[in-house]
Amino acid sequence: MSIAAAHQDDSGEVVLAARNIAKSFGSVHALKGVNFKIHRGQVTTLFGENGAGKSTLMKILSGVLAPSSGDITLDGAPIEFSDTIEAREHGISIIHQELSLAPNLSVRDNVFMGRELTTRTGSVDYAEEARQTQLLMEELEEDIDPLTPVEELRLGQQQIVEIARALSINSRILIMDEPTSALSAAEVEVLFKVIRDLKARGVSIVYISHHLEEALQITDHAVVLRDGVMTAYARREDIDLEWIVRNMVGENFDLGSPPEAQFGDVALSIDSVSVPDASGVDLVRDLSLEVRSGEIVCIYGLMGAGRTELLEAVAGRLNLTGGRVVLDGEDISHLGIAERIRRGLVLIPEDRQRDGLVQTMSVGQNLSLASIGAFTRALFTSPKLENEVIDESIDRVHIKTSGGSAPIGSLSGGNQQKVVIGKMMATHPKVVLLDEPSRGIDIGAKAEVFKLLAERASGGVGVIYSTSEVGECLSVAHRIVVMRRGRIAAEFGPDVTKAQIMAASGEAID
Amino acid sequence: MSKSQTMTDSEGKEHKTPMFGGDFDIVRLLLEGRAFFALIAIIIVFSALSPFYFSLNNFLIMSSHVAIFGLLAIGMLLVILTGGIDLSVGSILALAGVCAGAMMQGLTAEAAGVILYPPVWVVVLLTCLVGAAIGALNGVLIAIFRVPAFVATLGTLYVARGIALLMTNGLTYNNLSGDPALGNTGFDWLGFNRLFGVPIGVIVLAVVAILAALLLTRTPFGRWVYATGGNARAADLSGVPVKFTTVMVYTLSGICAAIAGLVLSSQLTSAGPTAGTTYELTAIAAVVVGGAALSGGRGTIGGTLLGAFVIGFLADGLVIIGVSTYWQTVFTGAVIVAAVLLNSVQYSGRRRRSAGSGTPPSPKPSKPS
Ligand SMILES: Nc1ncnc2c1ncn2[C@@H]1O[C@H](COP(=O)(O)OP(=O)(O)OP(=O)(O)O)[C@@H](O)[C@H]1O
Ligand SMILES: [Mg+2]
Repeated sequence: MSIAAAHQDDSGEVVLAARNIAKSFGSVHALKGVNFKIHRGQVTTLFGENGAGKSTLMKILSGVLAPSSGDITLDGAPIEFSDTIEAREHGISIIHQELSLAPNLSVRDNVFMGRELTTRTGSVDYAEEARQTQLLMEELEEDIDPLTPVEELRLGQQQIVEIARALSINSRILIMDEPTSALSAAEVEVLFKVIRDLKARGVSIVYISHHLEEALQITDHAVVLRDGVMTAYARREDIDLEWIVRNMVGENFDLGSPPEAQFGDVALSIDSVSVPDASGVDLVRDLSLEVRSGEIVCIYGLMGAGRTELLEAVAGRLNLTGGRVVLDGEDISHLGIAERIRRGLVLIPEDRQRDGLVQTMSVGQNLSLASIGAFTRALFTSPKLENEVIDESIDRVHIKTSGGSAPIGSLSGGNQQKVVIGKMMATHPKVVLLDEPSRGIDIGAKAEVFKLLAERASGGVGVIYSTSEVGECLSVAHRIVVMRRGRIAAEFGPDVTKAQIMAASGEAID
Repeated sequence: MSKSQTMTDSEGKEHKTPMFGGDFDIVRLLLEGRAFFALIAIIIVFSALSPFYFSLNNFLIMSSHVAIFGLLAIGMLLVILTGGIDLSVGSILALAGVCAGAMMQGLTAEAAGVILYPPVWVVVLLTCLVGAAIGALNGVLIAIFRVPAFVATLGTLYVARGIALLMTNGLTYNNLSGDPALGNTGFDWLGFNRLFGVPIGVIVLAVVAILAALLLTRTPFGRWVYATGGNARAADLSGVPVKFTTVMVYTLSGICAAIAGLVLSSQLTSAGPTAGTTYELTAIAAVVVGGAALSGGRGTIGGTLLGAFVIGFLADGLVIIGVSTYWQTVFTGAVIVAAVLLNSVQYSGRRRRSAGSGTPPSPKPSKPS
């Protein structure tokens, strides 16, 4: 802790300081005496594995949770927040890791939820709210009408709304818990521009991200949290990527390389498929793609390129307007999701809260949900066999949990993601589709996920995964397919460069 | 699949799916058992107030009243677990009674010019089919045509009641005991007889409850019900047949309502088209008092049964000590609200406590080290 003790008294003025913060959930000690400082007009980034306690610390600083012990000083005076409203009054706001928007309300109403602007007569000033929302959208360079219902936006745009809401508060301290997990590279650039503006205005920022390179671009201070303890601190100038990874997980990870190519027959064939959106415009146009068993294909594309729509249509969630999906030589275009899963085609969806997890069920019940048949004997499920399936899954994808009976909400974000992956892997699929499988998981877990994919592929499984991080294309994939506006724009082998991929996707490179 | 087992069993972990309630630790027991404690409190209070309340015979009589609500509540629980609601059960109950009554009076076969008197078991079966059909109609409207459950079942509430009124012209079938000469006696057995001293209605409730509990906790269908109510989108993507599950729970609710209608008309040896008015609300109340969440995904058969007993024993107790019916209504309402208040305590409490239960933290290594 000697490094931690020397924590940041050198540079700039400390706005907020937290001392000896501890937090337990029952017998889980999420934080064990953390010291943390925030400097005026600078960015402090928190690094750490899934479940290290980053979100918990931020929730304490923003009044969502009360610490079990420890104290917080704001501008040198001790302070206690009883709720988020009080924290907001002191100028602290937070962008949560999991979106907290009301899907039925418009962008405008979400931005001003709980802080509605009123006219002199006391009615809501919708016009002014819409105007300010419009300005925020312009600042974030996003073409979103303030009156669009949030549920009609794709995930990345919803995240933009979440960011806009935090910006609209004009706080002195802005906490961003994985604000970019669903954003494209271009959108991240815009966000960084906004962050630089905020810094210039004296706003202090706390940033959390599992995109380490990205975070290094913007941060001034790096703090590493490990198992609820602060293990390292450094100023940006003194460190590099390797330092972070070493301090986070103790060793350097790479995302693997393609497993030896031993391809079998074509496992999945997507044959000139078109997928329409709600208004009938094709988001995926006449697209064909084949995956052999044992092959790993990466689909790269910007947000809105149609990757999610393609994968959901192949899995049976969306209808096709044309083309067919062939699994193991059989046309399965007319089959329902359940039947496709039974035949060995599974999708791991992008949005785990909405499409992946059943919040009212335990970790174990979530893990076993897609493979109930495997532990059903005659009419009844066998708790013993089910526990075997669950324990095997927990072990297979390395979920950090107190056991299968723990509530799903008690897991950290990354571990929840692993539950979704584990659930579909438990069905022993032949072809796995993964939509942004690394969303919100730490570098170690990411490496594990890719290792898992490589392992499955060596066992003869065909894999398609989508990503919007170029770095992830150049990991285990045998083939990289770039999608652009619903079509395949280019195909590469594993020896392609990042620049080539980005150019094909239509992304501007500086 | 690389199987790496042997590890977890030694830790003695449990992921149990308890049949009635939850793991047994004290705080949870107190909260989850609150309907149970309410029931005890009700029994103690009324026993003190009336010398007639605390006797085996009175309990059995009250239980046969509870049987009606209990049967409706079990069907209702299935529906509520999927995040829906079924307002039509009271009307289905009446229609089922009327159908049974009509069949007991004899079916006129126009063409042959004869009157048929089906035996009782056929009557029972056909009546259950009527309930199932209306329930399935609800389910199809909701699952396939995407009519909101509240509206769809509100519609069938009116339609089923209307058909019952049409069939009887507003009158009541009185003599349901059948005629030995026609071979259709035995209908009153359901409502009047006892097996080992226990009214048949109560036994029917017990059997249905056990079947439903098995269905919910030990079959894939039960898991589908909880998953559909917890997050239908995620369930769908995991291969749960969400539409089938939805249609089935409304069908089962219809069958439960028909069984309740049979038991009720047998108890009264009469079947009227206005029977069971507002019983759907009592059934919902029983489910809620029993700790289920109206938003779906949470609730147990055991809790629902307790809820039905709390409401039934309270209502009968108020009658026995001679409280006016107006006050009975007030008390019942107060109990429901108090139960829902405790619900929110329970669910926020569970979230806070959750990490405390189970084994001490044994974090799996999240990386090779
Ligand atoms: N409400 C809760 N109940 C029980 N345990 C919890 C709760 N919230 C968090 N935890 C536990 O506290 C620990 C820290 O979780 P936290 O969400 O802060 O991690 P994190 O560093 O943000 O991880 P990630 O990168 O995955 O978001 C985890 O072990 C988690 O399981
Ligand atoms: Mg987090």
